[in-house]
Parts: sequence; structure tokens; C-alpha cells
Amino acid sequence: MRLRFAWQPVLALALLILASFFPSMTMGALDAEANPTATVQVPFDGTSTLISLLLAAGAILSLVRLPKTAEALILLVASFGAAWMLVSGISGAEGSALAPFFLKLAASWFLAWRAASVLSNLSPISASARTLLRLLVPALFGAWVLILWEAIVRGAGVPFILLPPPSAIGLRLVSSVPTLWADVNQTIFKSVIAGYVAGCGLGFGAAVLADRYGFLRRGLLPIGNMVSALPIIGVAPILVNLLGFDWQSKAAVVIVMTFFPMLVNTIAGLSASGHMERDLMRTYASNYWQTLLKLRLPAAMPFIFNALKINSTLALIGAIVAEFFGTPVVGMGFRISTEVGRMNIDMVWAEIAVAALVGSLFYGGLALAERAVTFWHPSVRGG
Amino acid sequence: MSAIAAPGAGTGLEPLGLWARLSSGRTLPVLSILLVLIAIWYVAAFSLNAPFQRRLDGESAPGGTLAFVERTLNQAKPTLPSPHQVAQNVLENTFLRKVTSNRSLVYHAGVTLSSTVLGFVLGTTLGILIAVGIVHVVTLERSLMPWIIASQTVPILAVAPMIIVVLAAVGITGLLPKALISTYLSFFPVTVGMVKGLRSPETNHLDLMHTYNASPAQTFWKLRLPASVPFLFASMKVAVAASLVGAIVGELPTGAVAGIGAKLLSGAYYSQTVDMWAALVAGSVVAALLVTLVGIASRVVERAMGARPA
Repeated sequence: MRLRFAWQPVLALALLILASFFPSMTMGALDAEANPTATVQVPFDGTSTLISLLLAAGAILSLVRLPKTAEALILLVASFGAAWMLVSGISGAEGSALAPFFLKLAASWFLAWRAASVLSNLSPISASARTLLRLLVPALFGAWVLILWEAIVRGAGVPFILLPPPSAIGLRLVSSVPTLWADVNQTIFKSVIAGYVAGCGLGFGAAVLADRYGFLRRGLLPIGNMVSALPIIGVAPILVNLLGFDWQSKAAVVIVMTFFPMLVNTIAGLSASGHMERDLMRTYASNYWQTLLKLRLPAAMPFIFNALKINSTLALIGAIVAEFFGTPVVGMGFRISTEVGRMNIDMVWAEIAVAALVGSLFYGGLALAERAVTFWHPSVRGG
Repeated sequence: MSAIAAPGAGTGLEPLGLWARLSSGRTLPVLSILLVLIAIWYVAAFSLNAPFQRRLDGESAPGGTLAFVERTLNQAKPTLPSPHQVAQNVLENTFLRKVTSNRSLVYHAGVTLSSTVLGFVLGTTLGILIAVGIVHVVTLERSLMPWIIASQTVPILAVAPMIIVVLAAVGITGLLPKALISTYLSFFPVTVGMVKGLRSPETNHLDLMHTYNASPAQTFWKLRLPASVPFLFASMKVAVAASLVGAIVGELPTGAVAGIGAKLLSGAYYSQTVDMWAALVAGSVVAALLVTLVGIASRVVERAMGARPA
């Protein structure tokens, strides 16, 4: 039998051997051994050995020279199976975990790491399998961040007020959908969208004007570059003071924050078309508007989408931070600041998860639109 | 003197008039746009503050229109302060007060600056380390890169208050929590820039290192790292601005007593609009200083490494 050594399974085996020197995984099991007559609910009653066996089998099998996909599959089954048993065993007995719990957790993490590294070194021929792998490896990483977070918080008994486990955040998220929806409605659909559209539109318009008139461009470009380094978020309290507590003031903050990135990027983009192409348009006797619409704007699209992407994050931040300074009793920023005050940290995390989700959807939508609009660009064609 | 004999005649270059020469540079356009902005600011300040001034004056308004305009632009707590009020406040609180005074802008800027710099240093170090890992380990690249990009869609600034409050509950207060927010904001541009920079050497150069039988470590220190320096400084400029924003927002939750963010917040609570604008100006000056410093550092380092001045 030929072996193929990798450091992760070997380390996992070493950790398992180390774990076997300890008598039990939790304090509950220690209590049960101390007075066998009492009927104490023992965590990991029976599954303790099963976890070790599963991990050891996975580690040893992965050292045997198997087909890569089989090896990855075995590793995934072993690591996720062990992780599932570890997490479900510790819930209900928070804070009672002893060293073997963490050793086994680390061992299963190393097996998952090995799986990820096997998977990322695969180069399948079919395009769909490659896409699947490109999604699978980061998904593995994300899943393990959540597993480690859950297991460590529960195992070490970190107070929920400091850092709630992901499962508690998920429960909170599901149980307060109406509140979250109202907040999203106020913050995203009123403040962010209005401000984003107006800010990007104004920035774009100003850039086209500045491109037409050189004087304006030479004046605006240095100012725009400088402003992009300034802490513009500081205008939030000022604008809230000026425009009142409702969504208009937040939209104004978003406009101020998104205007300059759009301006600077669009000006850069409008000069991106080559001399050859512009000369060609001249030989066609096309006028300023024809050149702008048919050549220079399409050529500027990668830059414009870059600004749109930057602005999508800025807009979300601007609206949420502006809500810290005053808002009607609804909105994501309002919810975050009040729930922090009440120490309902799981609600804050639920709000963050929603914000991250909305932000990612926004960004993903923009990325898809970019692929559709700039289909000719080398970065999209993969050339 | 005929046109033919004029200096520069026949070269095809018309001697430019003063106006044309000024407006083809940067100074005049920038100055005139700034002037227009200040004019708009004055008009806005007048129209926003005038209603309150009319109520304040009541029936017995002394003086003519000019006196009314002057009073409107010099209210103690205006809705929108006029530029000269802000300038006066900034000058007073920067130069005329002791640096240790609670009202001195230098003091507040110093507090913000210290956490900005700590966060920036931490963030840059973290960013470089992650970039080195990503360039050298395929597993890290495949699993980390998408999440690093996704991490920036999380509006972390929005959670800054929670991080501060939670860390304070554990007993970590003062500089570090604010610096951590700056770290989070500043590591991203550095990581992205450094990954690009470490991958920037051409295949030719990498092949040359290969023919020298260079180890990966040698390739890293002698080729990849030097090649990445311009990228590093470009992203450090973005990162330092981002970490200042992080520090300011980190000061917003109640509890922070000093710093530009705290100054903004207290201004918002007590409607001290002039103070708020002055704090904003101070923050902008600090930002400009930091970016300029990074720019100077980049020029010094690049010259020391033998780059030709661009």
C-alpha cells in the first residue's frame, strides 16, 4: 500500500492521540464518573469514541493514495460529521468543554483544510466542474468559520452578551423578520436607493460636463481626488441637523458620499478610448454626441462600474451611520444603536447579517450587470 | 515689430496670453471652482439662516438690508454657519488655545491621529501578511480571496459602536478598539494592492530567477517584494484615509470624550454647528496631511530603490 503524506492529516492524528490521554471531553462526564449513581445528563455519551474513530479513519484513509476526488469526499464526510457531532453534543452544556473537545475540533478542522487544499489543486476539464470548485472552496472556508465560531463560543462558554453563536443569531434573524424588513425598507429602499441614484447620476452628469469643458475638468479633478481622501462621513451629523430626521437627510449624506467617486472615475473613463478609435470616429465625420454615445461612454463603462461598486458600499455605510445621529424609530442604524444600548447583541448581529446580505446582493447585481454591459472587455472575456 | 519678428514666431507655437496660460494650468481652475463653492455656501448660509434672524429681529429691525445680511451671517448657533465663522473657529481653536486644552482642535486631532496611526500600522501589516499567504498558498487564495472581497460589503462602520461597547465590556478600552476598526478598514486595500504587486513581475523575470536556481524565498525578497513597492504605497494612501474614517466613527458612540468624532457628536447634541464644521475641517486637514506624508514616504523609498523620478 503506497502512502501519500500531507501535514494536515498527520497533525490531526497526533492531536487525536493526544486527546486520547484525557479521560473525558466535558466536565459533565467527569461528574458522572465521580458519582455513578446519580443520573446526570452526560454530553457526548457514546459519541466521544465515535468522533475519534471517524476522524482517525478519515485521516488514515486520506494518507492512502486514492483518487483525489475520493480523498476529498472522505475528508469532507469525516470532518463535517465530527464537527456536527461536536457542536450538537456541546449545546446544552455550554462552557463545560475540556481539552479533548478542542483537540478534536482542531483535528476535524485540519481534515477540512486538507480537503480544501486537495480541491483547490484539482483542475477538472469541464467548465461547470471548475465553476463548482470555485464556489465550493470558499463555501467550505465560510462554513468552517461558522463551525469554529459556534463550537468555540459554546465550548468555552463565552457569554452570549459578548459574542452570540451563529445559531442564536440565525434564530433571532428568523424570529424578527418583520422588524428587520421594516428597517431594510426604511434604510435601503428609502435612503440608500434615492441617494445612490441621485449621487451617481449627479456625479456622472458633472463628469460629462467636465469632460466637455477643460477648464471645469482641471478644476474639479484635483478637488475630487482630494475629497476622496477626506472623512466625508463627518457631514452626516451636519446634514441630519439641517434636513431633519427622516430619510431625506440620509439620502443627502449618501449623495455627498457617492458623488466624488463617480465624478473622478467617469472623467478617467471618458479619456480611456484610444486615439485610433477616436480617429476612426473622425473619419466617419461623427459629431461630439455620436462619439460620446457610441465610443467614449462604452469605453468608460469599466470605470463607471468600478465607481458604482465602490459607491454601493459607501451608500450603505453613509445611510446607516447617518441614522446614528437621529432618525424616526425605524431603520438599520437606529436598530443597531438602540439594541447595543440594551445589550441585545444577537439582534445587532442579525442586523449586520442582513446588511451584509443586502450589500452582497447589491454588489453581485452590479457585477452581473457589468458582465452584460462590458462583454467586450478582456477581464470578462477571460483573454 | 511685425508679427514675423515676434519671439517664438515661425515655430508654430503661438505665444499664449496670460489668461490662456493660467487657465491651461491647474491653479486658476481650482481656485475659481473653490470661489464658486464658497459663494454658493454664503448664499445657502444666508437663505437658511434668514428666517430665524427675521423672527429674532421681530418688528424693530435696526439698520438696512446690509446690516440684516451681516447679522444673519454671524449668528451664534446658525443652521448653516458661514465660511468665515468656521475659519475663525478653526484658527482660534488651533493656534490660540493651549494644546492640552479640551477645546483645542490640535488636542482632539492628536487623539484621533494616535488611533488612526496604530490602526493603519496594524492593518498594513495584516494586509501584507494575507497578501503574501495568498500569493504563495493556492488553498488560501481559493478560500480567502472571495471572502476578503465580500468582507468589504459588510458595512463595518455601522457596527463600530457595537465593537467599542462590547470590547469595553470585556475591559478593553481606550486606543485599541478604535484602532481595530481602522485596522479592518485599512487591511483590504493593502491586501488587494499587494496581491497585485507581488504578482506584477513579468514571466521573463521570474524565469530569470528560475535559471539562477533561486529558492522561493530568494525570489520573494529579491524580485517580488521590490516589484510590489509602488503598489504598496498606492494602496497605503487609500488605507490611511480609510483608517482615519474608522477612527472618527469609532469615537462616535457616547463614552469617547476626546477626538474629532467625539467633537462632532457633542456638536450635534448641543447644536454647536460652528464647532461641528470646525471639527470636520480639522479632520480634513489631518487626512490631507496623512496622505501627503505617505506620498512623501513613497517618493523617498522609491528614490532610495533607484527608481527614476516620474
